[in-house]
Amino acid sequence: MSRPLGFEKPLGMRDVLPDLLRKQRKLEDKVKQCMEQWGYAEIMTPTLEYYDTVGGASATIDNKLFKLLDRQGKTVVLRPDMTAPIARVASSLLKDEPLPLRLMYSASVFRAQAKEAGRNAEFVQLGIENIGSASVDADAEAIALAVTVLKAAGVQTFKIAIGHVGFLEGLFEETVTRKEDRDVLREYLHCRNYVGFRQYVKELQLPAENEARLRELLKLRGGKELIARAEAITVNGQARRAVANLYELWEALEAYQVTDSVILDLNMSSNLDYYTGVLFEGYAANQGFALCTGGRYDGLMAQFGRPCPATGFAVQMDRLLEAVGDMPIQMEKSLILYRASQRQEALELARRLRMEEGKVVVAQRKDEWLAADFSQYTDIIDLTKEGA
Amino acid sequence: MAMQANDRLIVAMPKGRIFEEAADLLRRAGVPLPPEFDDSRKLIVPVPEANLDFILAKPTDVPTYVEYGVADIGVVGKDVLLEEDRDVYELLDLQISRCRLSVAGLPDWKPTSGTPRVATKYPRVASKYFREQGQQVEVIKLNGSIELAPLIGLADRIVDIVSTGRTLQENGLVELEEIVPITTRLIANRVSYRMKSEAVDYVYEKFASIVEEK
Repeated sequence: MSRPLGFEKPLGMRDVLPDLLRKQRKLEDKVKQCMEQWGYAEIMTPTLEYYDTVGGASATIDNKLFKLLDRQGKTVVLRPDMTAPIARVASSLLKDEPLPLRLMYSASVFRAQAKEAGRNAEFVQLGIENIGSASVDADAEAIALAVTVLKAAGVQTFKIAIGHVGFLEGLFEETVTRKEDRDVLREYLHCRNYVGFRQYVKELQLPAENEARLRELLKLRGGKELIARAEAITVNGQARRAVANLYELWEALEAYQVTDSVILDLNMSSNLDYYTGVLFEGYAANQGFALCTGGRYDGLMAQFGRPCPATGFAVQMDRLLEAVGDMPIQMEKSLILYRASQRQEALELARRLRMEEGKVVVAQRKDEWLAADFSQYTDIIDLTKEGA
Repeated sequence: MAMQANDRLIVAMPKGRIFEEAADLLRRAGVPLPPEFDDSRKLIVPVPEANLDFILAKPTDVPTYVEYGVADIGVVGKDVLLEEDRDVYELLDLQISRCRLSVAGLPDWKPTSGTPRVATKYPRVASKYFREQGQQVEVIKLNGSIELAPLIGLADRIVDIVSTGRTLQENGLVELEEIVPITTRLIANRVSYRMKSEAVDYVYEKFASIVEEK
């Protein structure tokens, strides 16, 4: 390894310059405001967590964690998401608070990236966790809030795709006997490899009816009518419960008046065994990557000793920024020019303007840097001219 | 970075043989491609009649374009997909450009002690395969003329695409093991698959109508 050049940064790390940051903060404010209006209280947790607690419980795969050793030789990680730290807090410091807990956050998370541009190793997420409610209303609230947030942020065209882990699991259990085979099928879905999925289904030599049901699964993408199609390929148990759950969810989403912004996608799957029920992703037209992800994770809290259902989602700010596109926010600031003898007068004027929330730069006329660009100022007050 | 906002699909196609076979499939499926389409030297070829824009790319770059969403869908060999490991939907086996990824070497090749060397354009696939076989090998990445490596002593085996086996034969090499059969696949971007589902399904159905007759 050669020594890094002076301007270089570790892979995936980014500087955010003033123009972009102003835009980002403005967006963050809008998103945060939505979340607070829905009753979510902001929480902050440390950047470093133990590998054995938060690192292990997180939905982020192990080789994407930044790992370090602390002074006691314990492995710590840069938090890869905020959900696991919040679950830790909800199970410890907040363990006597009544459920449900509605918490929100705005924080940098860290994921080691193997490859190239467009994948930041540190990025800001804004999200909510609704801990303690198993009801379909909590799922609907998370999805409706995600829609509200994307609208408020100014994303023109977007869709939230909704899947259901219980439906997938139930269907697999009904159609495929061996657990190993189900794992393989799940993995194919997770890798979005439909070709491999169909081939494997064929190799399993299932009864024709079961094979048809699994092939139909790959086509389950659409609106409300899809739930009936999903119902048609399931028989009983878990999958049927998931279907009932989806009917209820859709009804709730209708009440929220957000069904125009959602689609169902029942072959959507998540990594690991993190999500346990409804899960969703938000996409914008013209963007190659998902803007937000979320879902129900009823298994996580138990890992921290306070077993209870929970749901939530997070918006990734860098992608939201790209999706919103140009949002010219010029910083409005004035420039006061003075001669040495006018310094006091100039500073007094600046003080008055600042009290009125104005942004003011004060400079002596002869300063060298004044040869620079004046266009960044919306207003120039030149005291040197008046007396001249 | 931005794709067009309307529902016109951007299709990434690999230059070369797969391109011709895929264009042929689309024509047979009734997608109106102009006759000059095949000879074009342009990198972006709009086909408004079919509401498609084609990007002609180096094959290994097709999954990258699709993953980043600058192309909505793409046509690419499974060999490239395995090597590039991109987060894209693999929708359909187009069953064209059939071949296989194989291990090849000199006819008198025998396992040796120590760490044998393998030359390949597919270091990821090769490393994974030998690891799964429980073999420790050193993989050397080459960009072309892989068959040279055993002949000049750079490596004792290679991992490469074999279709008829003629190239191997002409260079005095033999196929030792098949790793995986390869065909061309239709892939889609994660977001386009949902945001432009109708247009993606249209192309999918067109291809599927021809492929599944076979």
